[in-house]
Amino acid sequence: MTPSASTSATPTLIRNVRVLGGEPQDLLLRDGVIASVGTAPDEADRAGDITIVDGTGLVALPGLVDLHTHLREPGREDAETVETGTLAAARGGFTAVHAMANTDPVADTAGVVEQVWRLGREAGHADVRPVGAVTVGLQGERLAELGAMADSAAGVRVFSDDGVCVSDAVLMRRALEYVKAFDGVIAQHAQEPRLTEGATMNEGELSGRLGLRGWPSVAEEAIVARDVLLAAHVGSRVHICHLSTRGSVEIVRLAKQRGLPVTAEVTPHHLLLTDELVATYDPRYKVNPPLRSADDVAALREALADGTIDIVATDHAPHPLEAKDCEWDVAAFGMLGLETALSVVQHTMVDTGLLDWAGVAERMSAAPARIGRCDTGELPHGRPLAEGEPANVVLIDPSASATVDPAASASLSRNMPYEGMKLPGAVVATFLRGRPTHVTGGLL
Amino acid sequence: MIRHLLSAGDLSREDATLVLDTAEEMARLTEGRAVKKLPALRGRTVVNLFFEDSTRTRTSFELAAKRLSADVVNFSAKGSSLSKGESLKDTALTLEAMGADGVVVRHSASGAPYRLATSGWINASVLNAGDGTHEHPTQALLDAFTMRRHLGELSGKRIVIVGDVLHSRVARSNVLLLATLGATVTLVAPPTLLPMGVEQWPCEVTFDLDAALSGADAVMMLRVQSERMKDAFFPSAREYSRRYGLDARRQALMPPEALVLHPGPMNRGMEITAEVADSDRSVIVEQVTNGVYVRMAALYLMLAGTAGTTTPEEAA
Ligand SMILES: [Zn+2]
Repeated sequence: MTPSASTSATPTLIRNVRVLGGEPQDLLLRDGVIASVGTAPDEADRAGDITIVDGTGLVALPGLVDLHTHLREPGREDAETVETGTLAAARGGFTAVHAMANTDPVADTAGVVEQVWRLGREAGHADVRPVGAVTVGLQGERLAELGAMADSAAGVRVFSDDGVCVSDAVLMRRALEYVKAFDGVIAQHAQEPRLTEGATMNEGELSGRLGLRGWPSVAEEAIVARDVLLAAHVGSRVHICHLSTRGSVEIVRLAKQRGLPVTAEVTPHHLLLTDELVATYDPRYKVNPPLRSADDVAALREALADGTIDIVATDHAPHPLEAKDCEWDVAAFGMLGLETALSVVQHTMVDTGLLDWAGVAERMSAAPARIGRCDTGELPHGRPLAEGEPANVVLIDPSASATVDPAASASLSRNMPYEGMKLPGAVVATFLRGRPTHVTGGLL
Repeated sequence: MIRHLLSAGDLSREDATLVLDTAEEMARLTEGRAVKKLPALRGRTVVNLFFEDSTRTRTSFELAAKRLSADVVNFSAKGSSLSKGESLKDTALTLEAMGADGVVVRHSASGAPYRLATSGWINASVLNAGDGTHEHPTQALLDAFTMRRHLGELSGKRIVIVGDVLHSRVARSNVLLLATLGATVTLVAPPTLLPMGVEQWPCEVTFDLDAALSGADAVMMLRVQSERMKDAFFPSAREYSRRYGLDARRQALMPPEALVLHPGPMNRGMEITAEVADSDRSVIVEQVTNGVYVRMAALYLMLAGTAGTTTPEEAA
């Protein structure tokens, strides 16, 4: 989709919307860009072919960018497709998602990443930025053709073996060095494999009591520590996926104080849920890294607020029903996240006073776009809501609340840990370059 | 009485005592009788659902159910894991269709009986016959029954449990049940074979077996799997035996009336010497006999309907 192809939408004037949660303003979206911010002249109402939206009570944020989405296509189209996953993304307020590489076949060649990128263009619900595998087949043995993926039409800048850790220190060092040539970043799933063999939940008092193999915090922290030091040593960027422990937060904080080139993400579920939920042996709560303690949750919220953790990333991980409707041991790891992310962030960060909406915009749009290097170029994301910028906008109603119902999800999967929980906030509309990709409640 | 028996921790002191007293009754009604059968569960169907081999436990449950005149179906699903196409859920649905009243489940996955009981797949009462490294509540009940027969009420008694606590469902269930019954439990194990957070369990923990033995009323040895050695939980079988095995020298440190228990099967020469296992303080063989009484009691109380209001004899 070229920029011009997406700009055929009717101009939209959003009246009295709180841009980044500030004072009410009018936001005019025309020809795919933000034509004006401020008080729109009354003539705009009468300018013929224009859609007027009453934005009273709504907050406008730049379209959200997810650095960590599993779309499952190719290979597991029964769990999710690019079409359904990006539809879920649009419903969650996202205008761009980075699609993780652990598909089947693995996205470790230019061919696969271009296929995923094209499927995203055809679906048109959100821009899909494929993530390339770091190693061939996620096997952790030799580097994938990182340069070919970077040079492909997909223009890959984020590389990750997510699902597994690049645990070999030499391979990790080489990957960090190699991607400097095209300004790439390695996104590490930090999990020391030997310390987590057979592990299915947070290691602690509860895992001992439940007789489940524990995944200790140190297995994450050891890799985080190693990788920030490696990145510093070779002078390259490293991004740590789904931070889950207080110890990891402390390492990243220290690294940033020393000026090391590290960024980090936290998932919505790690900001809200604790390992106590595992006492039900309900596989909805089985996720990697596992749900941690209330103390870890507090540390993660604090770190997201003070900027130690740069971004929220969903780790949206769809699984078919049978992979979760079973006993704990054989259940798949992972949870859906795209549609509920903003609500969980509002609940845990905004309504608690830890973050304002501008802070949310930074952590869920601007920073992930910067880290993924999609803040510039042909179809930029994470840009400010300012005149001349792409009209990637999400409108949210912070005063709404709803009980989470997985059956209503746009995803092909239903593995939602918030089922039955009442969460605040609703995404009422999402615009991708001025074109609505999601609208609720007769808003348009 | 509770509907499902999933964890020894689910039993109140009253419930646990009721099971033990009922087991005593079962023993009285069957011990030494030519016809051991009671009609208490006539017309009820009990399924032994074993996803993991254990002839001892399965036979014990089968005998218990048959002595209560239940119809018994043995459903051995070993090897039929999800990856091979037969899930726990599918099996449950099959049992539901067969009209099972009680399901005795043994599974290598911790929490599998819990899922069976709470997922809405099945209406039957679920009895945990050992799940992964989680629990084995009827083993704890039969251990308590055995100890109570020799020592009297367990309140205030000192029980020492020795060995691979980390992987032992027997240890977990025993700690919970014995604490409920008012006994003092001491766990002895190498630090590598103790679970995280064990200090929050209702028991004491020490690495020094010799010191723990002197005040013990009973010493329960746990089975040690030889494969723990190659996973570096301890350096060698010999070192394990020296530090944590029960031999004649150590037995001499125990008070003269103290009992020796083992859930079986034993590694003679590893965690326990043959000499100790066969000594007159060993109640290991009795444990097996008592297992049937305790399982009769549990099945009876869970499945006989108005349990607690009718004695098994009246029901007969
Ligand atoms: Zn991951």
